[in-house]
Amino acid sequence: MLSLIVFLPIIAGLIILAVPASQKQIIRIVSLLAAVAQGVVAVLIWRQYDPTMAGIVAAPGGSPVGSFQLIERLPWISLDLGSFGPLTIEYFLGVDGISITMVLLTALISIIGVLSSWTIQKQVKGYFILFNLLSTAMMGCFVALDFFLFYVFWELMLLPMYFLIGIWGGPNREYAAIKFFLYTLFGSVFMLLVMIGLYFSVIDPLTGNHTFSLVAMASQENYVPGSILGPGSAMWRTIAFVVLFVGFAIKVPMFPFHTWLPDAHVEAPTPISVILAGVLLKLGTYGMMRINFPLFPEVFQAGLYTIGVFGAINIIYGAFCALAQQDLKKMVAYSSISHMGYVLLGLAAGNSEGMLGALYQMFNHGTITAMLFLLVGVIYDRAHTRAIDKFGGLASYMPVYAAVVAIAWFASLGLPGLSGFISEAFVFVGAFSAPTTRPIAMVSVLGIVFGAAYLLWSLQRMFLGKRKPDAVYDIETDAHGHEHIHFHDWTGKLDLDARELTMLVPLAIIIIALGIYPMPVMGLLTASINKLVTVLAPVAMSAVN
Amino acid sequence: MFEMPSGAEIQSIISTLKSGAGYFIPELYLSALFMVLIILDLVLGGRRKTILASATIIGLLGSVFFIFQQHALPDTEIFFGMYSLDRFGIFFKYFFVLTGILAVVTTMADEHLNAQESGMGEYYSLLVAMVVGMMMMASSTDLLMMFLAMELVSLSAYVLTGYLKRELRSSEAALKYLVYGAVSSGMLIYGFSLIYGITAQTNISKISMELAQHGYDPLVMILATLLVMAGLGYKMGAVPFHFWSPDVYEGAPTPITAYLSVGSKAAGFAMLMRFFFVAVPHAVEGVEDMLGIDWITMMMFIAAASMIYGNVVAIWQKNVKRMLAYSSIAHAGYLLLGIITMDQIGTQAVLVYLTGYLLMNIGAFYVVVLIANKIGSENLDDYKGLGKKMPLAGAALTVFLIALVGLPPTFGFVGKLMIFTALLGHGGDLYMWLALVGILTSVISLYYYMYIPLNMFLRDSELNAEKDFKTGMMQNVIMTVLMLLTIYFGLFFQPIAEYAKYSASMFGAVLN
Repeated sequence: MLSLIVFLPIIAGLIILAVPASQKQIIRIVSLLAAVAQGVVAVLIWRQYDPTMAGIVAAPGGSPVGSFQLIERLPWISLDLGSFGPLTIEYFLGVDGISITMVLLTALISIIGVLSSWTIQKQVKGYFILFNLLSTAMMGCFVALDFFLFYVFWELMLLPMYFLIGIWGGPNREYAAIKFFLYTLFGSVFMLLVMIGLYFSVIDPLTGNHTFSLVAMASQENYVPGSILGPGSAMWRTIAFVVLFVGFAIKVPMFPFHTWLPDAHVEAPTPISVILAGVLLKLGTYGMMRINFPLFPEVFQAGLYTIGVFGAINIIYGAFCALAQQDLKKMVAYSSISHMGYVLLGLAAGNSEGMLGALYQMFNHGTITAMLFLLVGVIYDRAHTRAIDKFGGLASYMPVYAAVVAIAWFASLGLPGLSGFISEAFVFVGAFSAPTTRPIAMVSVLGIVFGAAYLLWSLQRMFLGKRKPDAVYDIETDAHGHEHIHFHDWTGKLDLDARELTMLVPLAIIIIALGIYPMPVMGLLTASINKLVTVLAPVAMSAVN
Repeated sequence: MFEMPSGAEIQSIISTLKSGAGYFIPELYLSALFMVLIILDLVLGGRRKTILASATIIGLLGSVFFIFQQHALPDTEIFFGMYSLDRFGIFFKYFFVLTGILAVVTTMADEHLNAQESGMGEYYSLLVAMVVGMMMMASSTDLLMMFLAMELVSLSAYVLTGYLKRELRSSEAALKYLVYGAVSSGMLIYGFSLIYGITAQTNISKISMELAQHGYDPLVMILATLLVMAGLGYKMGAVPFHFWSPDVYEGAPTPITAYLSVGSKAAGFAMLMRFFFVAVPHAVEGVEDMLGIDWITMMMFIAAASMIYGNVVAIWQKNVKRMLAYSSIAHAGYLLLGIITMDQIGTQAVLVYLTGYLLMNIGAFYVVVLIANKIGSENLDDYKGLGKKMPLAGAALTVFLIALVGLPPTFGFVGKLMIFTALLGHGGDLYMWLALVGILTSVISLYYYMYIPLNMFLRDSELNAEKDFKTGMMQNVIMTVLMLLTIYFGLFFQPIAEYAKYSASMFGAVLN
């Protein structure tokens, strides 16, 4: 089941490889079918998933797969390393509450991504092969429970993303693409060293061999005393934590490692922005929750305050930057940085409410930002510019568009009744109830105000009032005296067309529905989050040392 | 003064040689192939280059059979301890035959080289001679034999480098190679002679015993060590003995560049491992204190310098062959990391890394040859927009380069993984720092390796020449196979890693 959802896109990619490049429509349809099939499998997985089982870690003496579900576990590579015993790498997939949320999000965003790629005209074949490769890699990251396998998927994402930004991106795409590649690789190579270090430090309790299994690594009993990352090796454990954290933080992206993101977003084509903001950024925080924190809980506890401060900086700095942007897409990109700050803040709270809010925020940010970028793409297609000041009064000419924009914008600023509100509320509840993060939370609340400021201000400048003198469209009056607007060289439908609505309406429905009744997603997380919090709790650690 | 040996002694020498010959069949076979190729060329009279090339490939493939038969033989030293038959040597025999075959395949694709007026006669026979030489480098257990084997490789390589006689670049490269080579050979033999002076032995295991038992003058030993390292470092292309390589790599015919960058380098490493693990005593108590031969610290510096220098200088290269030359300097650094750990995993890692390097480096040069056939240039700026015109070549080259960076899921990643596993498994702060240097420099390497796909795919060609960019069927198959193998072994590296472990186990108790 999990293998299917991971490898469906790559199968589609192989089929596309056999299709002649001129058959663009077939290529698109194959990709869409794969994405939809992936969605169907995701729903099946969701139906099958038992939300009462927590996952995260295996009980001591219990099954080596813990209470993970839909396990697929095969020996992959087994090498004898002499004095170090056998090197075993497993093909080990499974889901718990943290990952299934992300699996659902990824499946959803992949479908949106394919639909949104319909307008890509340049080198369609290459585009969709890379797109499908990326899709496999993302999904693989979320379900891999073997560190080695996770790492392979993690690195596999880089190359397709590089080309997708680099070939199909905007004018400054070369710079953005290589910057993305170098930043992320810089983060992940250190992960490789930590991974090897962990391998030497962790023993699978059942076999007595070293292992890459993340499940085994998550329980501190399995660490060998005296090994490089074992208990007692405080210095190396701290270094390993920091190094991993930086690796994941680059992906989030956390200040001061965020500078690749605005560049990448501005240059990337719309569907890639959607994938980037919708799924890729979540991999950073997912990695923290799956690997970074549970493996080094005592360092995590010591670093709560620092993580919280960085979260607050992200929230406020991102919001300020967004406020200053003239380019709509850049504004949305900075809003992503700001919103991922809430996730960091929630994690730093270290309690159930905060973590729950963080994970829920990851899901909601995925859907909301996807919508934001799609909407930016819509106006860019028509106007060939994203300068906020080149519009004005659009609401009266494109009413449907304006309505959808309003939903997305308000969801983004955290209006009650929309999903973003609930996750941000949880984050703040968590952050306020934890003594460490309380002062940080007080400052961070300002972020909501600034968030409202840049969102409402851009809404006002673009949609309300009158056409700006230097706007990128002309107003024509027809025989009945109705005013219409006309974009230069845009022949399609002025307001949202059917394809755009197909992408936006389901997202809007999800955002509204989860804002009113969050349980379908929230219910999946609670057991796992509670378990995660106990794993991270300081008490659990003192019992080991 | 020498005394004339008596008749009985001569008889015994002859019988030793005779019995040793049974363990020397692949080398004898390849020497015969060398001569057959010369005669074949005379018969063909310079026409039908494909026949000559095919004969070389078939001949080299034939040697695999003889090498395979050697698995059945017990490990022995033959020819009065001059030469050894063991699994370590056998690993490299396969390795060099494969390198030779791929070099011939690359040569067949190179239109520029094949269009030469003077024909390809000696080319293939010299190539085979080099295979023999490299095999001998990996199996020699005697200082004299080591030197002879190395000279055989070097002399063939000088000629092959200058094979494009009408090109200034090629002749210049050959001359530089010769001058540097002569100096390094001189240093090596001087170092050897000092060692002989100290120990009165030429067999490396006897040298080791002698050094451990009777001690030595540290100053002389430092000098000898440095000189030997210089000679070997030249073959491996490690900093600071690398000066020849960018010019030679750029000037030599591309297939020879590929051949040198993999074969000759691997032979250098094979010899270093054998010499260093066996001749330098380190399994003996108290030897760690002997300052005279602190090889490990020396190699640490060489490794770090090679990784940093190779990767940083490569950033500014505008010629793809030159860039790959600097990259090969950096790879020598990574390989040295595996040797300094002085244990089984490290040695195994070096062998795996070399195998991966063989596939991806020759693969990369193969594509470079195919592209040079079409655009007549090796300048990176001329690669612009080629991705659209030659999608398969572009994809293959990207895979090879990604493998050279060491990203999964490629063979290059496996090599790096094993090297770093060996370093971290060894423990110790210095080793951690070296791992850090290795990791950081591989991020740097991404920048210049990706410059090629960047030009090929992200930029558009300035020339709009409507040319035929189709590559041949056979060439497409070879590219695809090499590309798929690079990925396949990146995912399923168990067989190769196990064979490497088996081969490395020859050193037995010498390594931890």
